Amino acid sequence: MEQGTIVKVAGPLVVAEGLTNSKMYDLVRVGEEGLMGEIIEMRGDRSSIQVYEETEGLGPGDPVTSTGAPLSVELGPGMLGGVYDGVQRPLDALEALTGAFLARGIDAPGLSREATWMFHATAHAGDSVVGGDVIGIVQENEVITHRIMVPPKLSGRIEHIESGTYTVDQPLGSLVDDAGTTHDLIMMQRWPVRVPRPYRRKLSVDEPLVTGTRVIDTFFPLMKGGVATIPGPFGAGKTVTQHQIAKWSNAEVVIFIGCGERGNEMTDVLMEFPELEDPYSGYPLMKRTVLVANTSNMPVAAREASVYTGITMAEYFRDMGFNVVLQADSTSRWAEAMREISGRLEEMPGEEGFPAYLGTKLAAFYERAGKVLALGGPLPPGSASVEEAAADKAVGGTSEPGGHESSEGRDRIGSVSVVGSVSPPGGDLSEPVVQNTLRVVKVFWALQDTLAYERHFPAIDWLTSYSLYLDKITPYWNETVGRGFRERRDRCMEILQRESELAEIARLVGVEALSPDEQVLMETAKSIREDFLQQNAFRDDDQFTSLAKQDLLLKLILHFYDKAREAHAGGASLADIFAAPVRERIARAKYLTEDDFGVFADITSDLETQLVAEGSEEEGV
Amino acid sequence: MTVRDIVGPLMLVEDVEGVTYGELVELEYPDGTSSLGNVLEVNGDVALVQAFQGTQGSNPASTKVRFLGRGLTLGVSRDMLGRVFDGLGRPRDDGPEIIPDERLSINGMAINPTARDFPDDFIQTGISSIDGLNPLVRGQKLPIFSGSGLPHNQLAAQIARQAAVLARSDDPTKVGEKLEGEFAVVFAAMGITFEDADFFMSELRDTAAIERAVLFLNLADDPAVERIATPRMALTAAEYLAYECDMHVLVILTDMTYYCEALREVSAARKEVPGRRGFPGYLYTDLATLYERAGRIKGRKGSITQIPILTMPEDDKTHPIPDLTGYITEGQIILNRDLHRRGVYPPVAVLPSLSRLKQKGIGPGKTREDHADLSNQLFGAYARGIQAKELAVILGEAALSDSDKAFASFADAFEDRFIRQGEHDDRTVEETLALGWELMTLLPRVELKRIKDEYIEKYLPADETAESTVEAPA
Ligand SMILES: Nc1ncnc2c1ncn2[C@@H]1O[C@H](COP(=O)(O)OP(=O)(O)O)[C@@H](O)[C@H]1O
Repeated sequence: MEQGTIVKVAGPLVVAEGLTNSKMYDLVRVGEEGLMGEIIEMRGDRSSIQVYEETEGLGPGDPVTSTGAPLSVELGPGMLGGVYDGVQRPLDALEALTGAFLARGIDAPGLSREATWMFHATAHAGDSVVGGDVIGIVQENEVITHRIMVPPKLSGRIEHIESGTYTVDQPLGSLVDDAGTTHDLIMMQRWPVRVPRPYRRKLSVDEPLVTGTRVIDTFFPLMKGGVATIPGPFGAGKTVTQHQIAKWSNAEVVIFIGCGERGNEMTDVLMEFPELEDPYSGYPLMKRTVLVANTSNMPVAAREASVYTGITMAEYFRDMGFNVVLQADSTSRWAEAMREISGRLEEMPGEEGFPAYLGTKLAAFYERAGKVLALGGPLPPGSASVEEAAADKAVGGTSEPGGHESSEGRDRIGSVSVVGSVSPPGGDLSEPVVQNTLRVVKVFWALQDTLAYERHFPAIDWLTSYSLYLDKITPYWNETVGRGFRERRDRCMEILQRESELAEIARLVGVEALSPDEQVLMETAKSIREDFLQQNAFRDDDQFTSLAKQDLLLKLILHFYDKAREAHAGGASLADIFAAPVRERIARAKYLTEDDFGVFADITSDLETQLVAEGSEEEGV
Repeated sequence: MTVRDIVGPLMLVEDVEGVTYGELVELEYPDGTSSLGNVLEVNGDVALVQAFQGTQGSNPASTKVRFLGRGLTLGVSRDMLGRVFDGLGRPRDDGPEIIPDERLSINGMAINPTARDFPDDFIQTGISSIDGLNPLVRGQKLPIFSGSGLPHNQLAAQIARQAAVLARSDDPTKVGEKLEGEFAVVFAAMGITFEDADFFMSELRDTAAIERAVLFLNLADDPAVERIATPRMALTAAEYLAYECDMHVLVILTDMTYYCEALREVSAARKEVPGRRGFPGYLYTDLATLYERAGRIKGRKGSITQIPILTMPEDDKTHPIPDLTGYITEGQIILNRDLHRRGVYPPVAVLPSLSRLKQKGIGPGKTREDHADLSNQLFGAYARGIQAKELAVILGEAALSDSDKAFASFADAFEDRFIRQGEHDDRTVEETLALGWELMTLLPRVELKRIKDEYIEKYLPADETAESTVEAPA
């Protein structure tokens, strides 16, 4: 371990001399307290180090020790349900060490060395294995069967392997590589966060990530393995939307990165998720969730690292064959951390002071999303043994069709979907982070503060948002939701678009000046907005809507549209049509539970009887 | 050790040894004045020092520099209550020096997110536009976005006077009693006038709350750079009172705009690459290290609730100071010039205001079961009423549909009766809710889509009022 000396301290940046044998991105320990840092620039004998902890009290002459290894995360059983800081220190362990406040220079391993896990070997002595092969399983909790894999770069013949109870770093077997060297097999892997984990092949995305949020699933859907961004000014609903996805989406594992955001938001997740039931497994949501919390007041360099820590964890679960969704809230804070460090390095600034490589870094990050054929062979026989049967059901059985990862003997396919929020200054979407992000993501959920002021939530603007996955998703919709869903969706979209044009006119000359058909359209659009798009994340009966119910709601609204026009053509007055009692039933249909589907038929028949051509005493218009 | 350069509030000191980042410095100037400072950067044997009291009266040749071997600290004790300090924590009243229990670094330490307890105790401020729509909870940071000349001081003082926490109630239809508890007010003035500071002091004095208050004053004519330390002093005192002395502390920080301008001044002197409008790129992080010091901690009795006040330059919410603040705080109360001109106090712009913690602070047990739905409906209806009124301006009153007319008159009544209230009018939350329901009668019942039916049945006043009030609000 090489030792150097500090020559300069400027905020989170420290410059040291004498680390000549160290490498870029090596992890170092700074000062007497051994603060964590990472080498991010080397000029001659001088290394610039970003320090993940407060640097007050450091000065020239203080020691710096290189660990000789890059910043890495520990991967293995024990991550689920955990809360880590940006460099994977478990926050509960830190609390146990120093109390409620984060003191400096403390450390705890990412994975507990005390916890033991029951390991079931699925590989046998004598088997030839390659990196990524599953050699055994651990029932990590009721929901997730952790698949223990050969580390990506290792291959050879298993010398011996034994089921039993181990800690993450106890040898459970050994492997002899082609060169004849023997390696202990342990459950834990280490992986450098800035390097994407390898896979065999990227696959094209073909299944939606169902979130239960209507405006997303129906209008601007995201795919398993896809990438989305959600920019918006403060208070528009970025965090709530991301929490909704973390709660209700049909992913098997959720990684939530609180990157430079509020402490209380993390606390909220920590208190709520253990209480909330995962709609797919029936167990607490926390069991499928990992939190990376580097709040805004925690050191800025660790914030920069947090997104890499998070995505490396996501890739690891993907490699096991799970569908993972990763949320980064907020990528702007990450970009700002880059800007701050770049400024201290006195790099030439690009737009708005951000480093010139901002776009490259963002693109590289989002590129780590995707659906992949995992490294290594198919799941070995025995991975669904007696104890695992239950788990298998929880993981694959109850999720959406296509939970192929649980079935034996088939290819392991996993995905990482990424949703990144952006916090543009002043809500200005022309700023660099938004613009660079839009170049790489396929789904854009644009939040509007004017909608938020009206408490139209989620405040996702239907006119400017988009999803480039529509065509990829249609076959799935046709098969599982029903033919015609895509068409209904498109019709509604058209009505909304037409509404915005007509609204302009109505603003100048009044609604009454519009033709009756146009007035019906305006009413229908209002119904789409209020009875479909608006969705209250805090109402138990509204926060999640299945695709089937989303379609039923669309059908109702469009049925009203058709019937209303018909009725009017047949002589009914618009006032009567708009005042039909069935409209209140349509408005409340979104609160019907999934068991009340019969009621939809009921409402439809109300529609039929109430919106009729001039049935009454009135004169036709 | 010699001073080489003096640039604005900064000094470059050469031939230093053993100096550390953040270290406290004593500067003695040739004209007999002195200043405290701290180290912003140390590079080999050169240290960059910012002088809190400025550099007037200094020169490179004969300025004496002493590095003190520690960072900036505040000596804390319960005896701080009732006292007035300057922006660097030195007594400003005629009282004795504080004999500290402890000396704490003013930068504090970040609260471990796992140690936080989620703020969910409703604070009744007695102000309808806050309690009814954007409620404050204990441990929240809820800033007031104001503009010059608007009554933010009155509003903050009214909150400080009236704030009360309610007991939990087992009955979802009943609101609990006011709770007694140990509370304190910590007030940090940054760059405001003597008059404004004096207003607060006399408000506190009138209610004897001054005994429970700690004041840190850096006024308009005090050195600007000192302001960077002032809120940190105040928050350090608040943390001590909350977490060591079990008190519920309300911290008022005013005016954050001057604080940010002081940061900008230092940043400019350092020739850092500026972000938007010349403010440093790390403004977000810097503000977060202040605002995130609000909260509650598991297992500790006390709490810190923050009300930072800032005046938006040109009333512009997208200016970096309100913008970055809004991204960190748990909502914002925005004051509106137009309402103020029309004589509405408090001129709270209800629609863009927000309390992010409201979901957790209201509802059965905490306030009342109908609170959330009612507040959603009030928001929606007011937004629609405003739109209808805008339409009426273009098309004339007559062109409005009946329901638009109802919404327009609702909006007027809402501003006049719900938002408007006296500076000493302390409304209970039941009174606020009753007022809200009364206003609901102005609207056609089918429009109350955001309220559960059972609440409408239970709380909507009987029909006769509906007819009689639709006409015209006062
Ligand atoms: N889907 C929703 N349902 C109900 N309220 C919402 C919804 N989305 C946002 N809100 C409201 O908006 C506020 C701000 O949302 P948040 O996600 O915190 O905004 P941001 O992260 O963009 O600043 C929330 O506190 C909540 O009151």
